[in-house]
Amino acid sequence: MSEFWNWWIIIITVVNILGCWILLIATRKMKGSDAENETTGHIYDGIEEYNNPLPKWWLNMFNICLVFSVIYLILYPGMGKFAGVLGWTQQGQHAEEVEHAKKTYAPLFEKYAATPITELSKIKQATEMGKRIFVNTCFGCHGSDARGNPGYPDLTDKDWLYGGTPSNIEQSIINGRNGVMPGFAATLSAEQVDGLVQYVGKLSGHQVNESKAAIGKIAFDQQCFVCHGNDGKGNQAMGAPNLTDNIWLYGGSSTTIAETIRKGRNGAMPAHSELLGKEKIHLVTAYVYSLSNK
Amino acid sequence: MQHEKVEKNIGLMGLLIVIVISFGGLAEIVPLFFLEDTTQPLKGMKPHDALALEGRDVYIREGCNNCHSQMIRPFRSETERYGHYSVAGEHVWEHPFLWGSKRTGPDLARVGGRYSDDWHRVHLLNPRDVVPESNMPAFTWLEHATINGELTGKKMAALRMVGVPYTDEDIQGAQAKVEGKTELDAVVHYLQSLGLILKDKR
Repeated sequence: MSEFWNWWIIIITVVNILGCWILLIATRKMKGSDAENETTGHIYDGIEEYNNPLPKWWLNMFNICLVFSVIYLILYPGMGKFAGVLGWTQQGQHAEEVEHAKKTYAPLFEKYAATPITELSKIKQATEMGKRIFVNTCFGCHGSDARGNPGYPDLTDKDWLYGGTPSNIEQSIINGRNGVMPGFAATLSAEQVDGLVQYVGKLSGHQVNESKAAIGKIAFDQQCFVCHGNDGKGNQAMGAPNLTDNIWLYGGSSTTIAETIRKGRNGAMPAHSELLGKEKIHLVTAYVYSLSNK
Repeated sequence: MQHEKVEKNIGLMGLLIVIVISFGGLAEIVPLFFLEDTTQPLKGMKPHDALALEGRDVYIREGCNNCHSQMIRPFRSETERYGHYSVAGEHVWEHPFLWGSKRTGPDLARVGGRYSDDWHRVHLLNPRDVVPESNMPAFTWLEHATINGELTGKKMAALRMVGVPYTDEDIQGAQAKVEGKTELDAVVHYLQSLGLILKDKR
């Protein structure tokens, strides 16, 4: 803040307070204020106005306000560059809050950061902490109950796209994941897509049209096996889903499967290392792990 | 002072009222127009590109700012959830600013990069597809409405007049940048660009 604005604020503030004070004294000592029952001379429809002094309580409230403003300006920032005797700032208060929380929770976080996840997932306090972080950060995609949404995996079952070991889960959270299935609308004929829908359904035990499924199997063995594997059991290294467990990331109806094949899918889990930090990720991992490892 | 004089002279009374009312503004508001903190952008900040600008206009048209603030206050409860508190320098190019004060939904000041583009698409078209307990309306029409790029350049030129540093290339290339994009594309792009300038995000 430049000197000019510094003094600008100080002068206006001081003039304002003094002005109020002088106005108060002036109106109080107004001519005739001591006389009882004197009127101002205003008459409206026969109603006259008394020229009484300001009520005492009102006057005193005004005085208290003035005193308060002076005390406030001494203690807190307000007079231009003057920081106030207390040295209070918004940022400072925030930093203090954060510092206080750190001091309170750091020992807990540290203790749990050193505990392996398999153990941590059995400690109630740790999973409760993980759950709080989960419902705050992860609910948007995986749902507040962690049961997922179309396109976002259910975390409570035993089916894992990228693996369900503690380190797999932790990696998914830290670095995020990008699952890409290309669209095959251009490379597969309608008949082949239809066949694949039947074949993929068959893998998961659906009732299907066997002759169509046979056409699908040929296409599967030419293209799909690369990611989903010969047996359709998927590949956790690249997040290709297991197609034989009747668990569907985007939906298992024929229409949805056909859409997935034609248009492809992009599953993105953002990286959270920067967002949450190591210790919190450790706790969330323990919570997520605990959901399917009771 | 003579009561009578003031009360019977409306011009004088008006003048005195203006002086009294302006005191607060003169001391509290006017200096902000000239302070570095409140007039200089953060280092490395870039104005919204053409598509984000159109997205922002859709955001305003649909009244998103009625339920979503873009202003993280310096309380731990907020910075834990949303990230670094908002600072004035982030908003110097916002005309009008979209800070908002009603929070039916979460604050969006640093929503950029927090979800995937696909998530935003699904969520805008029907929020309940990803957040079952959400009471946000579905904005289904965004998917089918294409951006009219004819005015994009003019909008940028207008913003340049009030200090947003768009270059001539920005303005000339604006229409081509939004060509064929839907309003959904624009809003998602806008949301993904929010609040990335301060690192400590959530």
